Formats: sequence, C-alpha cells, structure tokens
Amino acid sequence: MAAYLIRRLWQMIPTLLGVVLLVFFLFKYFGGDPAEILGGLNASPEQIDAIREQLGLNKPVWEQLWIFIQQIVTFDWGRSWATNESVASLFTTRMPATLTVMVPILVLEVLLAIPFAMAVAYVRGSLTDRTVMIVTTVAVSISLLVYVIVFQYVFAFRLGWFPVQGWTDSFWTNLTTYAPLPIIVVVAVALAPYTRLYRSFFLDEIGHDYVRTARAKGMTEKTIMLKHVLRNAMIPILTNIAVALPGVFTGAFLIEVFFSIPGLGREILLAVNRSDYPVIQAFAIYIAFLTMVINLVTDLLYKLVDPRVVLK
Amino acid sequence: MSAVISNTPAGKAGAQRSEGVWAASWRRMRADKVGMVCMVVVALFLVLVALAGTGVIASGWQKEVGVPNAPPTFLGPRAAEATGAIAQPKGPNVDLSDIDPLAPRYAEWEERAKQFKTVDTVKAETLPFGADRLGRDVLTKAIKGAEVSILVGVLAAVLATVIGTVLGALSGFFGGKVGDFLEWLYNVFTAIPGILLIFAFAVIFGRGVMSVALILGLAGWPGIYRLIRAEFMKHSVREYVRSAEAIGASKASRMFKHILPNVSHVALVQLSLHVVSFIKSEVILSYLGLGVGVDQVSWGTMLAESQSELILGYWWQLVGVTAVMAIFVTAFALFTDALRDALDPKLRGLE
Repeated sequence: MAAYLIRRLWQMIPTLLGVVLLVFFLFKYFGGDPAEILGGLNASPEQIDAIREQLGLNKPVWEQLWIFIQQIVTFDWGRSWATNESVASLFTTRMPATLTVMVPILVLEVLLAIPFAMAVAYVRGSLTDRTVMIVTTVAVSISLLVYVIVFQYVFAFRLGWFPVQGWTDSFWTNLTTYAPLPIIVVVAVALAPYTRLYRSFFLDEIGHDYVRTARAKGMTEKTIMLKHVLRNAMIPILTNIAVALPGVFTGAFLIEVFFSIPGLGREILLAVNRSDYPVIQAFAIYIAFLTMVINLVTDLLYKLVDPRVVLK
Repeated sequence: MSAVISNTPAGKAGAQRSEGVWAASWRRMRADKVGMVCMVVVALFLVLVALAGTGVIASGWQKEVGVPNAPPTFLGPRAAEATGAIAQPKGPNVDLSDIDPLAPRYAEWEERAKQFKTVDTVKAETLPFGADRLGRDVLTKAIKGAEVSILVGVLAAVLATVIGTVLGALSGFFGGKVGDFLEWLYNVFTAIPGILLIFAFAVIFGRGVMSVALILGLAGWPGIYRLIRAEFMKHSVREYVRSAEAIGASKASRMFKHILPNVSHVALVQLSLHVVSFIKSEVILSYLGLGVGVDQVSWGTMLAESQSELILGYWWQLVGVTAVMAIFVTAFALFTDALRDALDPKLRGLE
C-alpha cells in the first residue's frame, strides 16, 4: 500500500511538470504580450518596456520558466494584474464557495442516481422503463443553460421559493438559502445521464449467472438487488464517479457564473475576460494538482469497495 | 470482421464475395427505424445549414421585421399600450413663433429635409414564432444560429477526431518512446479540467466561429486518442497486419491502409458523439461571452438574450431556440446510437 502510494505520487511529477510547461508555453508564445495588456491602449513604448522589465519578460525563456516553477513550489504567485489581490489569497478565499456548491452536488447526484437507476433497472422493459429512457434522452439534449434560466425564473422569480442569486459570509446561510437552487439545477440536469448510465451497469450485472443462482436458491428479489447486484455494480459506478469528478468542477464552475457565486469558477472567468494571466495560470495548475490527488484517493477507495482489486 | 477471400479463382461460380463491413452496417442501420427517422431529421438540418450558409435562407436574420418582442401569431397582437399618459394642455394653443428663437430656420430645415426620402416600413404585429427585443424573427435567427452552432460542433469534432486518431494511431502502433511521450501528453491534458483548458485556450484564441472550433477541438481530443490507441494496440499484433508486414508493407501503409479502415467505425462514432457535446459547449461558451463574435448569432447567444426577455414575460425566443436545439440534439444523439449499433453490433445494449 505504502509502496503503491509512493509510486503514484512519484508518477504525478512528470504529469504536473507537463501541466506547468503547457500552461507556461501556451501563454508565453500564443497569448498576447502581457506588457501591452497591462499597459493598456494609451501606453507609450517606454512605459511598455518598463513593464516588461518589471515582469522580467526581457530575461531568457529558461530563466522565466525557472521563476515560474519557483512561484509554483513556493505558492507565491504575486498579485492579480487586475485587482492587485494576491493570487494565493484569491484561491483560498474563493475555494469555500466552490466547495459549498460542489460537494452537495456530488453527493446528491450519486445518492439519487443509484436508487433511481436500480429501480428503473428492476422494472426493465416495462412501460415505466421505456418512458424514463425517452424522457432522459430528451432531457439530456436540452442545454444546461435552459435549465438554469427556467429554474431561476420559475422557482426564484415567480414562486419566490429561493433567492434569485446572492451570497453571504456565513457558511450556514449560504448552504441553506443561496446554494440550494444552483445545486438543484445541476443535480436535476446530471440525474438523467447518470440514471441512464447506472441503469446499464445494473442491467449488466442482472444478466450474470450469480443472479440466477441466487434466484434459484430462493432468495428474495430484494436481497438479490440490494446485496448482490448493488455491490457488484458499485465498481463501474465508482470508476465512473472518478472519471466524472473533473466534470463536477465544470458544473460547479458554470453554475457559479450563472448564479454569481464568488467561487473559483467565476474568478477564472473574470480573469479570462481581463486577460489576467497570473490568476489563470495559477488556478489551472492548482486545480490540475487537486484533480490528480482526488483521482488517487478514488483509486484507493476501490480497494475498500472491492477486495479483489489489486493495486499495482 | 468479415474476411474477404481475395484469392478465389475468378471463374469459380460458387465464390460469392461476402458482404463488406460498410454494406453490412448499412443493412443493420436500415433495420433500425428510430435511427433512420433521426438520420432524416439530421439530414434536413444539414440541408438547412447548407442553405443558410450559402445565403439562400435566413440571410436577413438581422432585419427588424416585426415590432419589438412581437408575440407569436397564435397569441395575437399585444394589446396597445396606453399612450395618453401625458395630459393634453387644456387652454388655447398659443402661437410661440415670435418668441421661438428657432422659428426663422424652420423653412430652411424643411427645404433640406425634402432632399431625403423617408419610407415608413410596416412592422408586423405578430410573427409565426415571435420576435426578439429588436423585432428580429425568432425562426430566422434560430436557423442562422443552427448554422453557426452546428458548424462549430462539426468542425471541432472533426478536429478533435483527427488529432485523437493520428496521435492514437502513432501511440498504439509504435508504443515504446513515442507511446510513452503521447501517454504523458494525454495525462497532462486530462489533468486539467476541461473547462479550465477551454478557458485558457479562449484567452489565447479570442472569439469567432473558427476560434471556438479550435478551442473545443484542441481541448477535446484526449478521449478519442485513448480509444483509438487501444484499438491500434489490439490490431497491430493481429495476423493480417503481420502478413502485411511480411509482404513488405511500410509502417505508414500498415497504420493507415490496413489498420485504420478496421478501426474507423470507432472514430466515426466518437466523431458524432463529440458533435453533440461540442454543440452544447458552444452554447455555454457563447453565453459566457467567449464564443462566437458579437455580430453573429448562435443558439448560445440567443439563449443569453432570452434570459432577460423571459423576465419581462417574452418567452418565445427561449422556447423557440430550445425546441430547435432539442430536436437536433436528440435526433443526432439517437442517430449516433443507431450508428454505433450498426457499425459495432458487439456493443449493442452496452450504452
């Protein structure tokens, strides 16, 4: 276990280095000149040269890359070009809002989709099953945007059950007042594809011989579904959750923009609109790192769910 | 795989060519009713896109043909708003011309105004599917928007498929150092969440149809790469490839003439899967202001406009664009399912 952990962490280094190189060279050679962006339209050539000097853009590329790597390792990113707020503090102050939305989304999605999919798989081939499949097909084809617009209009604007948007400093108020509507939107949207997918996992397991054996020895359908099928179907489901985790980031980011929640996603979009390179670069690298760590943790979780899995 | 026996003596009467893989797929495809209906719907949309692209239809999407926010015809025209809010003065109309400082120039201005011809255009009170806040026809906009959105989706999917297939072929066929390097590249691209990668590319490439296609294509290739790589690894040790090597077929020939046709169904299915997901991404990018240019219309920009219209009670643009998009995306997704079932019967029912 320890050896596996060390090797996995060791393997992260080249990938992380690749992310750093990608981000660095992407902005270095394909992005606009930072000095001209910072100087604005009215800057004189002398001013632009001064900014260039100040940012160290006149140094050789390798020296710049070295400075960049030093910044990453020491968590010292300097300041946002737009707001002069330090990038590290931006990251730490925006993270809680993202997590407040993201964690409930993830938990609810999985907890709702599994029983739902199991129920649909149980009545496979029936009218209910086919209706659910048709409804989910159509539901998937409608853009997330439409759900956001309609839910905001109906539940917040018309019915007044939730505030249209907003955020406070209190975690509890956020979770109980402002976060529910965004969470409901994302979960409602994600439920359809997850149900379809998990249903196919369950159907796959139901077709296996061990289910027939269990039936033959007179077990109730309930025991078969909950004890045998569920545990075996959990393996592909967990794999899928691991694969979908970066997607949860995406969903949480978009929903932050739509509902003006001051989280990482909205901050990144703001940075993109302002060409605020330090913020985009730092966020890209840190979130890539976080994603890798999460993937490692899910791999370890497999072992807990399925003792047959050998970590190598 | 349907093996074609090519060395049968030509004159032998009983030698029948077995059905080719594409012919067999087409036969299976035709048996799938839902798939065929969806294919017709998709084809109709593509015809619309082609017509809109060449300017035959929907070229006047920017014309303000109706009154602002004209409702759909079945609702009937909106009740006229009360315009008499300003009370008319009660007293006699006083002639101000002797104290009006502008009075001497009225005649001159009238002369000059005569040089210009003014035409009053009649704006429709209602349109079949309603109008947006400038009075532009929602249906025409949705068709023009379909052109942009579908074009972006298809271009991006083609780009992602080409990158993914070429890299996957190289990695799966050569393995070793090349394979390791490409695997590393894959890990790097998948480590960064897609949305961040898209945002980062968006900063660099700016707005416009081509930029969005480029952004989505560059961010979307890794999944395809992985599948194609697995297929190439599987095929590169098969007997037919070994035989090709034995008769001296070059590496490029083995990769692209022997293996690629045998895995092209995987690439084709991925291509159509990605069209749908890229169309949805384009919609969101356009809404966020990172998508197509401001002088263009796409489904995303229409949805962005419809948000503020909905609050005022003008729901038709939202419903119009959602319906058009849902029809296309559902049809395309079901068509993709049918395509996958037809091309690879082994996968049927696996989702």
